[in-house]
Amino acid sequence: MSVESHRGTPKEPHNGVNVGRRVFLGLAALGALGVAFGNSVQNFLGDAVGSGLGGLLPGGDRFRIYSITGAYPKITRDKYRLNVSGLVDHPTTFTLADLQSMPKTSFAKAFQCVTGWRVPDVPWEGVKLSDLLDRVGVKSGAVAVSFDSYDNADTESLTLEQAHLPDVIVAYSMLGAPVTTEHGGPVRLYVAPMFGYKSLKWLSGIRVVDAIEPGFWERNGYPVNGWLDGTTGPNNPDPGLT
Amino acid sequence: MSITRAPTTFYRVLRFDRVQRGAHWANALLFFSLMVTATPLYFGSFFGIVWPRHLIEMIHLWSGLALPLPILISLIGPWGKAMRRDVRRINYWTREEIRWVRTLGRSRLEADKFNPGQKLNAIFVSASILVMLVTGSMLQWFRFFPVSWRSGATFVHDLFAYAIFFVVVGHIVMALTHRDTLRSIFEGSVSRNWAERHAARWLREEQLDHTEL
Repeated sequence: MSVESHRGTPKEPHNGVNVGRRVFLGLAALGALGVAFGNSVQNFLGDAVGSGLGGLLPGGDRFRIYSITGAYPKITRDKYRLNVSGLVDHPTTFTLADLQSMPKTSFAKAFQCVTGWRVPDVPWEGVKLSDLLDRVGVKSGAVAVSFDSYDNADTESLTLEQAHLPDVIVAYSMLGAPVTTEHGGPVRLYVAPMFGYKSLKWLSGIRVVDAIEPGFWERNGYPVNGWLDGTTGPNNPDPGLT
Repeated sequence: MSITRAPTTFYRVLRFDRVQRGAHWANALLFFSLMVTATPLYFGSFFGIVWPRHLIEMIHLWSGLALPLPILISLIGPWGKAMRRDVRRINYWTREEIRWVRTLGRSRLEADKFNPGQKLNAIFVSASILVMLVTGSMLQWFRFFPVSWRSGATFVHDLFAYAIFFVVVGHIVMALTHRDTLRSIFEGSVSRNWAERHAARWLREEQLDHTEL
């Protein structure tokens, strides 16, 4: 390493150590490592220290709030209604109290956005979608379930088999409190084994139908089957749907 | 250099030429736009909803894509001579400068045009532009990347955003508390007096340049 004295000629005053390149490449390498291993690091820290740490890590435990319309529909808990219709024996409109009086399911599972961010160990509480479907009675010939939102823009769909998975719920509580407006409250869908866009917010209606109706995001290019592992999933082997 | 041909009598020294000043302010504008639009995107739940979110996203996206342009355009071409020379100054460090950083500013230093702290700031900002551009693109065009990379890119984009925020705030505080230096990014020149105190090595080189004319 040859470091010239700074009394060198002014034409070549800086033939010292190229610190700039080292720091630049070092930072770029740090960024690349973060892309490759940031996910594992976050999961490891989350597991080792508990989910509390995630909240302290910038970006480690933070929802990014998306909305299609750019507005949150505001529905009070008293006025909330969930309309279940379509190929069912007993079309029913549920109030929030109705849902809360049904058998409760609660678990902690991650919310994974298709764009990459992830919030681990989110506590969820609600009614299994399958319980709700059992309550209204699904008619033969039914194939899929379509979901509507109070934002009048988002729609979603699940096959009937997907709708019967035990971790697909109509959620009224999230993060240990009633689902807030920006998270899709008072009642939203939570589809644990799929990317977040399947977990429709401000759930207004459930329609049992005889064919898959691709939802808003799916008409915009996302897979109809939003399985987290990116496969066609355990319960829907039809690759045409993904 | 076009200040004067009589080095012993000039009172102001050109520190940043027009191209550099233009690049700086274009870069600053883009950073400002990015940080302002990032706030509601990142802290969405703080603000309730308010926002034409899609519009904010688009401003953020396009500001981000434009971010490398001021520096690149100011570097290439015949107008980029001063910029290229300063990049070399920022890159190449003397032993004295390295020691100055290791001793956290306690060792003797005959400062170059930029002191090591300013140099680190410039290197950090340029590396951040690359990192933010790459990770931001991964988030925008996420379909081409495995999910774990997307998560990693989110992680890196967030961490660097925090780092950039503090560095930029530090940069602005330093600028506002150093009047002479601040003036040079608006008007281009610093006083000879300032240069003698804060950039002696650079001043001597400039004088030698002039002597050779």
